[in-house]
Amino acid sequence: MNARLLPYVLILPVTLFLCLFFLYPFVLVAKQAFTTGAGATLDNFREVVSYWKFPISLRNTLLLAVAVVPIQLALSLLMATMVTRMEKGRDMVLYIWTIPLGISDLAAGLIWLAIFEQSGFLNSMLHGVGIVDKPVNLLTFQNPGIVFVAIMLAEIWRATAIMLVILVAGIGLIPKEYYEAAEVFGASPWKRFLRITLPMLRPSLQTALVLRVIMAFEVFAVVAALGGTLFPVLMGETYAYQFDLLNSGAAAAMALIILAISIAATLVILRALRVPKRATI
Amino acid sequence: MAAPVPHPDKEPDAAPAASTRSAGRLLYLAGVILLCAWVLVPIYFLMINTLSAPETVNSFPKPFFPEFDLGSLQFFAGFAGMLAALKNSILVAALTMIMSIAIGSPAGYALSRFDFPGKELFRLLILLTRAFPLPLLALPLAVMFIQTGLDDTQFGLALVHTTLALPFAVLITFSLFSGIPIELEEAAWTLGCTRLTAFTKVVLPLILPGITASAIFAFVISWNEVFAAAVLTIENRTLTAFLLQSLDTPPLHLKFAGGFILVVPALIFIFAVRKYLFAMWGIANR
Repeated sequence: MNARLLPYVLILPVTLFLCLFFLYPFVLVAKQAFTTGAGATLDNFREVVSYWKFPISLRNTLLLAVAVVPIQLALSLLMATMVTRMEKGRDMVLYIWTIPLGISDLAAGLIWLAIFEQSGFLNSMLHGVGIVDKPVNLLTFQNPGIVFVAIMLAEIWRATAIMLVILVAGIGLIPKEYYEAAEVFGASPWKRFLRITLPMLRPSLQTALVLRVIMAFEVFAVVAALGGTLFPVLMGETYAYQFDLLNSGAAAAMALIILAISIAATLVILRALRVPKRATI
Repeated sequence: MAAPVPHPDKEPDAAPAASTRSAGRLLYLAGVILLCAWVLVPIYFLMINTLSAPETVNSFPKPFFPEFDLGSLQFFAGFAGMLAALKNSILVAALTMIMSIAIGSPAGYALSRFDFPGKELFRLLILLTRAFPLPLLALPLAVMFIQTGLDDTQFGLALVHTTLALPFAVLITFSLFSGIPIELEEAAWTLGCTRLTAFTKVVLPLILPGITASAIFAFVISWNEVFAAAVLTIENRTLTAFLLQSLDTPPLHLKFAGGFILVVPALIFIFAVRKYLFAMWGIANR
């Protein structure tokens, strides 16, 4: 076959597939969001935004992202630096730490439900040390704080691994010479982390944060398992519009709102952590 | 006269330094163990619930050791629709795996071997998919699938899951192919191979383990996906969609057994691809 044509033949299937199942659906969802039976309108947006649950679910989603992502960033950086210093058992520790990467958000929600439900392990432990004498129902509307903490813990537990993997791979790409030189000049480990690891890791931090923040706005199954209707989030409301209220126009409008927030967050992260031109490794 | 004590304060200093170092070492070790426990203990709790009798799962206080009773799992297997959902999950994930590798790896090969006009645009399209909350695609596709008769089929859902897995498949195979020197292929050409036979006889055997790893990765992406599965299937629910639906309804032991069944393949698969995990993710994400 003609060597000039070959690459195009090879990328054709992916391009067609993504046009049909990625670009085209976005056109469709936009059309659905901006039209009702009577033609082009913003009614769908007005409807979802004015619904009483909208401000709550928006606030909950953002609050969860703000509470969870910085902790995960710190934790994954800590874990990544710990692992790079490790000599023995590195593979085993990395395997264990990356297990949550393969675990569904629904399964993660159920795992933490086993801990927080009324006859669950947290109550059993509290009972064992004598703090409570009968099981307390923790995940109720009287305890919004505990519901939030449970969801937070489940999210941190589930999605730190994805950042860890990206950061470990990124640290692996930093040339060892930089550290050796810094050591010769007497830089402390902390200083080396601040002056070499963090700046050199910027591209990986960028990707890790973008992926993680988008995931945070999509949070759904963990919340469904732990909070149910106690903790409305944007994605859950979208699902409710589609299924319980059978209003696909409103669901499409919600989808576009989530999309807009995700794009805005992506741009902010890319801008904040931008890599100077020609400054790559 | 000062000669016998050149470093008068060396001895008293060395001991605290060594003890700080070993204290730091201990702290480090404790941290590693603590973080391992943080990952493993919640899974262990779920396992206790799964391997205990239904009565135990609903009782209080909970035992901290499993009693190895298969009652909960038997209940899970006997629950109406559950085994069908499990079968659907496996089928959808297998279809996703096959499609994403079949469609994605040629593009990965093209990206690693050729420079062609439009390459950057193509890469942009792939990277673009990463910045979007893809499960939301299920909403418009639900309408499209009804029009084309794909609604509520395993194949329709597999198409959406392939969209999720495809960018990874392209970028991972791209990095895998880039790891194989083109000289090997060129040598095969001079020895009388065509492009195709050089590929099948030289490149493919080298790359097969990596391809398997990225196929497994695609499988896991599909196996774990909740939102699109719940939106696009009604009769043919996958395991995740089925469990999501049964969240509001007791019994507890059904949920936990189901959750455990969701976790087990993930444990095995991550173990199987652990060698490739960092190469795949690290490079695929840059």
